[in-house]
Amino acid sequence: MTAAGVTLTVLLCVAAGLTLYRILRGPHVLDRVVATDVLLAVVVAAIAAEAAFSRDATALPVLVVLSILGFVGAVSVARLGSSIAEKDSDGDRS
Amino acid sequence: MIDVIAVVLMIGGGLLCVAAGVALCRFPDLLSRMHATAKPQVLGLLLILTGCALRLRDPVDVTTLVLVAVFQLATAPVAAHMVARSAYRTNRFRKDLLIVDELAPTIADRAPTV
Repeated sequence: MTAAGVTLTVLLCVAAGLTLYRILRGPHVLDRVVATDVLLAVVVAAIAAEAAFSRDATALPVLVVLSILGFVGAVSVARLGSSIAEKDSDGDRS
Repeated sequence: MIDVIAVVLMIGGGLLCVAAGVALCRFPDLLSRMHATAKPQVLGLLLILTGCALRLRDPVDVTTLVLVAVFQLATAPVAAHMVARSAYRTNRFRKDLLIVDELAPTIADRAPTV
């Protein structure tokens, strides 16, 4: 069981690291929004895995909040932030 | 036995998360990256939540996990649709990678509203 926990932790850490690289690189706000969604899914997966391995259900309400929060963030940026993003997209490209 | 199934499911979900991370770094444009990011958001999360439910087995906890899964399944397509629509409107994708573009004739017919 410990080996499985370590394996899953390594997998999720690698996924979070690759996603963070994309958030840093951009090059556009929408790229970062998509990567942030993935990072949120990885965080939800990590909290669920922690609850499963320790058999402790304390953190489960956090998962409900996170799954709502990611949706609100992505929709608000896509809806309201795209015009701002369009304006500075040329200077933001790296 | 149930614990072994739960661990296998959760490691499968972790592998899908890694696949999405690799795809985020390697894929060329926003729309193809969005295709890859749906995997941990839907299937990967469902696998890990199923594994978690198999480990916890308490009806209250399983209800919470089902709630998380339902929220994720309901909201992820809407968010992805809005992000993709916004990317299309601001031309943040590579037209040469598209095989079929069914949205272009519709947009050409009417004035942009977004």
